[in-house]
Amino acid sequence: MATVTLPKGNPRTKLLVTLVVALALPVILFGAVLVLATIAKPEPVAVFVREVLHHDPATWPFTGLVYGVAAGLLTFMILNFGAVVAAVTIWWEMRVSSRMQSRIGYNRVGAGGFFQWIADAVKLLLKEDLIPADADQLLFRAAPYFVFAGFGLIFVALPFGESVIAADLNVGIFYVTAVTALVVVGILLAGWSSNSKWALFGGMRSAAQVISYEIPAGLAVMVPILMAGTLSMQGIIRAQGAWPWQWFVFTNPAALVAFVIFFIAQLAESNRPPFDLPEAESELVAGYLAEYTAFRYAIFFLVEFGNVWIMSAIAVTLFFGGWQVPGVAAEAYEAARGAGALPAPAWWGLQVASMAVFFVKTFLVMNLVIWIRWTFPRIRVDQMMNLCWKYLVPGAFATFVATLLWQILVARVPVASTVSGVVLFVGALVALVQMLRLAKQNVEAGGDQVDLSNW
Amino acid sequence: MEKLILRRVDRNYEEMVLNFGPQHPSTHGVINFIVETDGEVMKRAIPDVGYLHRSIEKIGEATGYPGFMPFTDRIDYVAAMFANEGYAIAVEKLLKVEVPPRAQWLRAISCELVRIASHLIAVGTMTMDIGAFTPMVHGLREREEINDFIEALCGARLTYNYHRIGGVAFDLPEGWRDKVLAFLDRFDKFLPEFDRLITFNEIYKKRLAKVAVVSREQAISYGLVGPNLRGSGVDWDLRRDMPYGAYPNFEFEVPVGKGWAGAVGDCFDRYYVRCLEMKESSRIVRQALETIGQTPEEIMAKVPRNVKPDAGEVLSRVESARGEMAYYVVSDGTNKAYRVRARTGSFTAMSIIEDISGGLMVADLVALISSLDVVAPEIDR
Repeated sequence: MATVTLPKGNPRTKLLVTLVVALALPVILFGAVLVLATIAKPEPVAVFVREVLHHDPATWPFTGLVYGVAAGLLTFMILNFGAVVAAVTIWWEMRVSSRMQSRIGYNRVGAGGFFQWIADAVKLLLKEDLIPADADQLLFRAAPYFVFAGFGLIFVALPFGESVIAADLNVGIFYVTAVTALVVVGILLAGWSSNSKWALFGGMRSAAQVISYEIPAGLAVMVPILMAGTLSMQGIIRAQGAWPWQWFVFTNPAALVAFVIFFIAQLAESNRPPFDLPEAESELVAGYLAEYTAFRYAIFFLVEFGNVWIMSAIAVTLFFGGWQVPGVAAEAYEAARGAGALPAPAWWGLQVASMAVFFVKTFLVMNLVIWIRWTFPRIRVDQMMNLCWKYLVPGAFATFVATLLWQILVARVPVASTVSGVVLFVGALVALVQMLRLAKQNVEAGGDQVDLSNW
Repeated sequence: MEKLILRRVDRNYEEMVLNFGPQHPSTHGVINFIVETDGEVMKRAIPDVGYLHRSIEKIGEATGYPGFMPFTDRIDYVAAMFANEGYAIAVEKLLKVEVPPRAQWLRAISCELVRIASHLIAVGTMTMDIGAFTPMVHGLREREEINDFIEALCGARLTYNYHRIGGVAFDLPEGWRDKVLAFLDRFDKFLPEFDRLITFNEIYKKRLAKVAVVSREQAISYGLVGPNLRGSGVDWDLRRDMPYGAYPNFEFEVPVGKGWAGAVGDCFDRYYVRCLEMKESSRIVRQALETIGQTPEEIMAKVPRNVKPDAGEVLSRVESARGEMAYYVVSDGTNKAYRVRARTGSFTAMSIIEDISGGLMVADLVALISSLDVVAPEIDR
């Protein structure tokens, strides 16, 4: 990547290079993840060695090592994938926000400023890694690792596609909730070890906020778990259908409420506005980040934006049917796999399609998060606590109980979930149309026109 | 100074003493607040002013009368036109000069445009301090256009030096009137859009409602002026109650805080009064532009090159964007003033912060500072 030199003054070449990289990068990363996630398990690796290399791995002295290398490669690819996803989130956020604010925004590095994230990362790498004299050296250095570990570990259980998951844990969503908590440990460490009053404020706020909001988030997550009857990420997706009216968010009215609660709680957990209290620029200067520089700072930033993507991906998994491709039933994957030791080409095609569905949905939810960030002001500490304990926690409990009752109803009257799905989906469509109409009205009331051409 | 302030802070180690400034993004310039906090709740915030003191009043005694005019710009560089106007009126009173009517109108037009620009900064930075970035950029976008108009009028975008003793420096450029009227048409639509974007946002309202309430009595006794005073429900505007210049010719309302979000005199009232004032300023500029003649007329009174007023003292008062601005000028009969004193709204607004900051949260201090619309150079001069 670093070797890509951008020719100056030739917009067409620039656009071409950008497009090639923008397309090749995800293809390479997704492809690597797809292939590695499929084969980086002892059994497929053994099959691959036997079928393609014509060796019998059972006779090898270090078979464990071979499996280890395959797993290591997968880990490396997935972490890279996480970093690139975070970076592209930043790019998209900057483009959207500049459009919302009548600014030009990123437009220097690559077409549409697409490579700005590379320039930013390189810049931050070259900066001095400053540690304040009075800071707790060890903890100050350790904090970014905690944050990054909490971020990277989530990718283990994220279902990118039908078979594309590093490990389909049977406690998947529970695991995700658990490792997310590592991030707050890192933030608290950063705030405390900096030995700065602003950082301390930020760290304390973050601890109060993230720990409080874990509760409604955890309770809201219980709703899809109850509906699917499993904690496994793939299991939850398989329990939903591909069409919108078969998604959990629509098939149960309580799940719609649970999604809203989950969404708000996740905004708070990833410190996104209107819950950006821990770093609140206008109040705490930079909060827990106040003393960080260079690459440690970059890691915090990477995680913050990566978490936006992750929270969108989890929301899609739990409520929006994950990677389910419309019109492709579960048996179709089995059928396409074929009888051979390695899957047939049609199966790979289906995998790619399921990944595409997952990424498009995640992107749409992510876009919503970005809109919210650039529209809302920040809430106050006491209001943040009130919202959580007075509204979200009881609300989450209510949706939990309502879901139990709903499941009993669905067991007796199976058509109830389809009716709810269709009605709520139509309602959501009407709301969407209404929103677009209002947006158009607002734009035209200001004397402007809706113009999507000037990207 | 620092030590003096710190001595007033109780040596009680339950509390944390926080230096809020001078380099803090929300202090609107170099101001320092020494904040005693117990967790998120403040016990007291003591303003520590003086970081931006440039002895402008003393400079007024060293330069001649006309030579001081560019310095007045630096008293309040967010709304420099008013500082120009106040000083010009003071010296005109000393000289007993009558300003030509067209110059009076040009003064009103330029001042009201600058009032809009200044209030856009005030409400924009306020929304940014509350955490919303987009409304501020929208405000700056509109302000840029006003800056363009003022630049076409007098060649400067920030420190105008447009008003002169006895009149104004330049007449309207060609085509200026129609461009400004077209802008005002758009701007009148911008204000409701801005309200939809942020003013009536539930989070925004909740953040400001019943926060840092300044009662009517407090506002008067601390000498608050302008939108801060009117936000507390005191119906007082120099432009209407002690009219000067061309203001008797215009029809406009004076918005007064009504407790829109819960309590009269809270941060939201002070904020919303400014929003409504922009609308009224736009009305005034429109009236002025629609009635003012297109043919150039006299815009400067006869003022001697060597300004040498008779001995005496005068006080001039103008309604600046940050409230009543007064100049007290004493002449000893020479061509340099014996004393120039500028009374500014931000300075008195700072004095109330210590009194009403007790029990607020750190985030509310930010809201309080920006709702008072203090501008650092105007505090210190």
